[in-house]
Amino acid sequence: MARLGFSDRIMMIFIYAFVIILSFSAFYPFWNALVVSFNLGIDTTKGGVTFWPRVFTLENYDIVFKDDRLVNGFFVSIARTIVGTASSILMTAILAYGMTKRELIGKKFYMLFFVFTMYFGGGLIPSYLLISSLGLMNKFAVFIIPALISVWNMIIFRTFFKGLPVGLEESAQIDGATNWGIFFRIVLPLSGPVIATLSLFTAVAHWNDWFVPSIYITNEKLIPIQTMLRQILNANIVTDMSNNLDTASAARMEAMRTITTKSLTMATMMVATLPIVMVYPFVQKYFVKGVLIGSLKE
Amino acid sequence: MAQAPTEPSNAVLDRQPKPRKNIFARMLKQWDIQLMVWPGLLLIFVFAYLPMYGVLTSFMDYSIFSRGNIWVNPWVGFKHFQMFFESPEFFNVMRNTIVISLLKFVIGFPAPIVLALMLNEIRHLMFKRIVQTLTYLPHFMSWVIVGGLTIAMLSTENGSVNLLLEKIRLVDEPVNFLSMKEYFWSILVSANVWKEIGFGSIVYLAAISGVDPHLYEAADIDGASKFKQIYLITIPTIMPVIVIFMILSIGNLLNAGFEDILILATNPVLRPVSDVIDTYVYRVGLSNFRYSYATAVGLFKAVISIGLLTMANYLARRSGNSLW
Repeated sequence: MARLGFSDRIMMIFIYAFVIILSFSAFYPFWNALVVSFNLGIDTTKGGVTFWPRVFTLENYDIVFKDDRLVNGFFVSIARTIVGTASSILMTAILAYGMTKRELIGKKFYMLFFVFTMYFGGGLIPSYLLISSLGLMNKFAVFIIPALISVWNMIIFRTFFKGLPVGLEESAQIDGATNWGIFFRIVLPLSGPVIATLSLFTAVAHWNDWFVPSIYITNEKLIPIQTMLRQILNANIVTDMSNNLDTASAARMEAMRTITTKSLTMATMMVATLPIVMVYPFVQKYFVKGVLIGSLKE
Repeated sequence: MAQAPTEPSNAVLDRQPKPRKNIFARMLKQWDIQLMVWPGLLLIFVFAYLPMYGVLTSFMDYSIFSRGNIWVNPWVGFKHFQMFFESPEFFNVMRNTIVISLLKFVIGFPAPIVLALMLNEIRHLMFKRIVQTLTYLPHFMSWVIVGGLTIAMLSTENGSVNLLLEKIRLVDEPVNFLSMKEYFWSILVSANVWKEIGFGSIVYLAAISGVDPHLYEAADIDGASKFKQIYLITIPTIMPVIVIFMILSIGNLLNAGFEDILILATNPVLRPVSDVIDTYVYRVGLSNFRYSYATAVGLFKAVISIGLLTMANYLARRSGNSLW
């Protein structure tokens, strides 16, 4: 590379400065929330807690982990993420494989039928009325069944399946394998990368969804942690968090007097982000690939 | 010949195009692959098409007692649409929808491109990796988390933004940003850019990596500055990608946001600047139970969106790409 001229050097300094500030601003809010969650609540109200806890404590997490409602919410989230992702990926992949078949009668119409829903929908209220008349309100199934088929994922799967070598399928057919057999024994095992990528995005969407439960679920036992967190954030404006804790935890919070709504909210937030932050470093290569598959859809 | 007399006529029949009425028989014959597709068709029919049929209730006075059978509701024509156009909220809702989505477009669209161009200039690979890792992360967080962090940063109680402003003596006491109308749009757009800038840059980085390195070498020999190389080589090469994404976002122009606004605008004081079509539908529909009215507002938006999308597709066709 050629030596940099004066103006180029100025530009590089500017670029590095900008990128460093941006990275810092991306990282700092998480770090600060983590710090506050480990700081004594009553001390945080004095202000000035930024990069490091001033009065270190675990009592915020102690309340969170001993609160039955929050722990339950955490497990609801995990259950829904695992069941929702596995079922949706399998159903969508089967559909996509069927749609790759040339001899499939009606495939043009089917495709139109699916793609149309990407651009037009009935909207919030008709969907709400449908879910309630199907009796899915307050059922775990409301997280799973409406999300079983993702048209977008189907198109990505289909593009990927079409790119697999034709010879494999043909030779299996000659050996007498059925279409379902080919799908499970040949196509799926060859689709590792695309399954990983789409599972990742599906799992993140399930984990992060707070809206569906907020309108369809009133039963406390089925509320996932993200929705609980939203209720907590909302309640911060009007009342304090003790309304959102179970009675035992609220009593303990009252007794300790060092815990504030803010410190508890931060601890809950950290618990809700933990699974994503933990898997994030390992899945980077997959999502970069996924974005690129997605943007080259046709 | 030992052949049975019926066989030749069968062979003739096979060669003829199959009669149309046999379509179900033929589908039955390939039941195995049809079976792969039908569960999906059924699910999409129920969860995507049945709600479209429910849109009819926007022309009726829907009563919750009619569950399942919407036809018992009285038809009222365009009453609910008219009510929306004449409602006191109409002006604010439309203005907010348009202003917020335009702000998100004008600032949120170029931001990832600029970041990608900058990242491409960085030669320290380790440093680049760290920057990418940090800036991609917020994309994977829910709006509850991003909203929670935003609220925490701007809080009057140990909020870092207020601490900083106090330290540099810009303010004397903490400002309650999230209850002041004049800051809401800036906060909303900033939070959106913060969440998506890194992730959005992936596509452009990939496009940039496709630029022929010889072009830069030639430019170097000719003594073109870095800035000129970006301006005259990189940007023109990735222009097709930029154009496609720009056209795609036209179709989204009425999607001013939903989750972000619901979470950041919890304070009702903000309503005159935070109410957009989607949040309005949510509020009047699911909090005030005005189902028909809310459905009508939603349909109004969907119709305009379809119009925008058709326009976007027309533009895309002219640029050599079609959306469908």
